[in-house]
Amino acid sequence: MAELYDRYAAVVYSVALRVLADTGAAEDVLQEVFMQLWRHPASFDARRGSLGPWLAVIARHRAIDVLRKRRPQTDLEDVVIAIEADLEGKAERSRAVEKIRASLHAMPDNQRKALEMAFFEGMTHTEIAAQTGEPLGTVKTRIRAALVTLRRALNA
Amino acid sequence: MTAHEQFAEDLALYALGSLEGEAAVALDLHLEECAACRQELARLQGDMALLALTTSGPTPPQRARQRLLKAIGHEPRSLRTVFMRRRWWTLAPVFASLVLAIFSILLWRENARQRDRIEALRGDAARNQGTFEEAKHLLALLTDPSAMHVTLVAAPSKPQPTGKAIYMPGNGALMFMASNLAPLAPQKTYELWLVPMHGDKPMPAAMFKPDPNGNAMVMMPPMSPGVEARTFAVTIEPEGGSVVPTMPPVLLGS
Repeated sequence: MAELYDRYAAVVYSVALRVLADTGAAEDVLQEVFMQLWRHPASFDARRGSLGPWLAVIARHRAIDVLRKRRPQTDLEDVVIAIEADLEGKAERSRAVEKIRASLHAMPDNQRKALEMAFFEGMTHTEIAAQTGEPLGTVKTRIRAALVTLRRALNA
Repeated sequence: MTAHEQFAEDLALYALGSLEGEAAVALDLHLEECAACRQELARLQGDMALLALTTSGPTPPQRARQRLLKAIGHEPRSLRTVFMRRRWWTLAPVFASLVLAIFSILLWRENARQRDRIEALRGDAARNQGTFEEAKHLLALLTDPSAMHVTLVAAPSKPQPTGKAIYMPGNGALMFMASNLAPLAPQKTYELWLVPMHGDKPMPAAMFKPDPNGNAMVMMPPMSPGVEARTFAVTIEPEGGSVVPTMPPVLLGS
């Protein structure tokens, strides 16, 4: 477990910190995610994706649960991640992450903002619409457009 | 717009966890039966993972590591054991299939054996039915008052005459005993003959008459010593005897 922690703790912690913007709360999420992996290692199935990306997604779910002060909403075993075969390696994945970063910077602000509100703040599209004062359909379209942009960047 | 296109718009929100209400429920139901949409969702989750990984940079403080290892120390369960347990469970369907296959073979063999037994029992039943029918007819024969009952005994037979001669050629000593001889007609006698080993002419040895029970005995009649006998014979002759035996003989030595 120490080895797994040393390898993936930064991933989990970074995601939790990005969502919660609080180091103590992020540490709690880090602790919780690894304890869950320790107690229920069967919840991770290698056929459902690599461990690093899987932990990143789990960390994001748990951090949002904490942010929204709610009980865990996602069953660990329901998280299925499809990573393209050529992204399995660490180097390829780093390149893909860089493409995503670049794409985020390049996309229109309102698209990136909508995506970040949904992804890092765990807001529903209704909540985003309410907060931004934009129509629901527009929010949906922006989020989808942002994801399409990311996909195009990855495939480029 | 096809169902997939309609759901494709919602899949992005669903992957983010931002879809809610009826739309989320409808997509949940659709995902259960649509492999293509499940695959697209997994791809979107992959994109989400990469998006999450863009946050990498900050590292957790050392105390977080110590805190985790301490907590794990309080829950002494080894990953290795649990992973092994998981692998065991992963193999469970294989074992179950194997056990099921063996069980099916055993059942099939048991069925075949039971079929054979049924066939054998059918054969036995047919044979028993035949035996039963036979017994029924036998019982009817025994109990039917119109049946004819006849008791048979050994057929009476006339005792056959026998004789035994004991003869010593060296001194001509002879003893002869006979039984079951038929009573003689008047003026008739039984005559004992010695049939010599060399020469074909029988020699008269003695004349005798049986008692009323058909028994007779001749003891030490006068005989010439040194005559080798081939056999003895008994004939019925006129009273006083004959020189030549009258055929056929009543008794003849074997």
